[in-house]
Amino acid sequence: MECEPAVYRFVIRRLMLAALTMFVVSVLTFFMLRLIPGDIVDLMLSDFGYAADRDAILRELGLHRPFYVQFGEWFGGLFVGDLGQSLWTGNTVTHELGRRYPVTLELSLIALVVSIVLSIPIGIITAVRQDTWVDYALRSVSIGLVAVPILWIGTLVVTLPALFFGWAPPLSYVPFTEDPIKNLSVMALPGIIVGIPLMGGTIRMTRAMLLEVVRQDYIRTAWAKGLQPQTIWYRHAVRNALIPVLTLIGLQIPFLLGGTVIIEQIFNLPGMGIYMLQSLQNRDYVPAQTIILTFAGATVLINLIVDLLYGVLDPRIKYT
Amino acid sequence: MAVESTRPQGAPAAARLPRRAGGGFIGLVTRLFTEKPLGAVGAVIVMIMLLMAVFANWIAPYPYDEPHFSDSLQGSSLSYFLGTDFIGRDLFSRLVHGARVSIVVALGSVTLGSILAGLIGITSGYMGGKFDTLMQRLVDAWMSVPPLLLLLFVMSILGPSTLNVTLVLGLVAIRESRVLRGAVLALKEQPFVEAARVNGATTLRILIRHVLPNVMVPIIILASLRLGQVILIEASLSFLGYGVPPPFPSWGRMLSSESRTYMEIAPWLAIWPGVFLSLTVFGWNVLGDALRDLLDPRMRGTGGGYRSGS
Repeated sequence: MECEPAVYRFVIRRLMLAALTMFVVSVLTFFMLRLIPGDIVDLMLSDFGYAADRDAILRELGLHRPFYVQFGEWFGGLFVGDLGQSLWTGNTVTHELGRRYPVTLELSLIALVVSIVLSIPIGIITAVRQDTWVDYALRSVSIGLVAVPILWIGTLVVTLPALFFGWAPPLSYVPFTEDPIKNLSVMALPGIIVGIPLMGGTIRMTRAMLLEVVRQDYIRTAWAKGLQPQTIWYRHAVRNALIPVLTLIGLQIPFLLGGTVIIEQIFNLPGMGIYMLQSLQNRDYVPAQTIILTFAGATVLINLIVDLLYGVLDPRIKYT
Repeated sequence: MAVESTRPQGAPAAARLPRRAGGGFIGLVTRLFTEKPLGAVGAVIVMIMLLMAVFANWIAPYPYDEPHFSDSLQGSSLSYFLGTDFIGRDLFSRLVHGARVSIVVALGSVTLGSILAGLIGITSGYMGGKFDTLMQRLVDAWMSVPPLLLLLFVMSILGPSTLNVTLVLGLVAIRESRVLRGAVLALKEQPFVEAARVNGATTLRILIRHVLPNVMVPIIILASLRLGQVILIEASLSFLGYGVPPPFPSWGRMLSSESRTYMEIAPWLAIWPGVFLSLTVFGWNVLGDALRDLLDPRMRGTGGGYRSGS
């Protein structure tokens, strides 16, 4: 493999770009939040009487120091695994996130798996049966799916079954390690709901790419050779059509993560999204900033992996 | 971006196709209704929503915030078309006024967003060099964070208000400045731009007189594709309590947890806001798609396709 050094160079360049992106995200969020530094102090002063006056609270929280010192402390800490402390509870963010990230991760995985497993076959069917009623029906459904907001499906699923069937989806979270079956019975529905809006895009992309591929010369050659239609579709066409779909899935990650915030709120799941909302409500800067940084990191990493997979799946692609 | 480094740039989106049939607005509408039936359905839905928004005061039988305590949580009836909520406000009136809130926020933020994306995309693409590099790293950073989270963050700093939501939702367009930048990169090499430069036109003049008119079509297409997305994000923000504040009726907030307690006894409260919201988003989505296909089919796959609002 003579192209390997190029791959390494590509990975290193992309990793450096990723680090730069993360740095920009952290600078932006850090300084955006500190545009109004008084908020949490006022909250603490009025609600709980933590200290006699503003200055004392500022001093106790370390907020009296210049911005760049605070930023340096927080950013430097990230490198040694110290994600900072919650200003309210004093608990480290590492500790808080450690309890919560499995929920969001599980939701995202369920959503991703469900949307891929359902939408790629549907996309293939619509392409193979192009311009038949099957195609029209499935495509209409896929267009409709994108327009239906997660917050509505979630609300309907939580409220209506109780009314009509006297059954309500379970709303008390159980960790996977404690009781896998109970955990899945709680997480399956919200996971699927987060996956639904992703499906529309994937179905359309799969169909469009497949129809583009089947017009290529090598597919015509395959037909001319007298291969079985199944062989042509699944061995030659689908494999090549799915490569660009991978990129789309990479680009969907930020929207998927945004969806988990809403669904955690509806289904009362103790994930990162709910934590983010709570910390925003309390003007607790550090956790909010760390969660945004974590989500950005996940997105950047997954897109890097997608780009690398691209090269593995399609040898024509050269890294530069 | 993922595709950029591994695949060659697509055809310049700005290059226009020869027009078939009559040009202009009338021609476009005719083609929409003859060639794109689904897009026409979208256009009709959008028109109905726009009319509802404009004439909300005449269409809605009651003011949106008028409580009728004795009639709370009633189902559909002649006096309350779609039922009432927990303090007896007419749901239909609130939904009609919700259309106004939703459309005003969406149109305002999409206009702002187009200007923002245009500014970033055009200057970044045309200037190149260090400025381009710096802007693109900022756009990278923006694109790596879930838009809903970043907007939540900004809204929690600014505080919920209709104006703030409109301003903040304009930021959604930053993602699309990439498409415009790509178009400008291709335009920059065109002979007519070079000719203008040789003639001594200033950069500002070239950008406004020669570059901008040639990226207007992609800007319009991106704007129409973004409308559905922006409406969804507004609903999500309002749902989470960071969007349009009470007493203004927002479809998203009508579905939020504060009213969820009543939904089990009054399911219409859970159903109708969602129906209005979904229909509007569906309408804008299919209309945007049809417009893209009619105005510039080469933009398929650049910024199009349906995106979820979260």
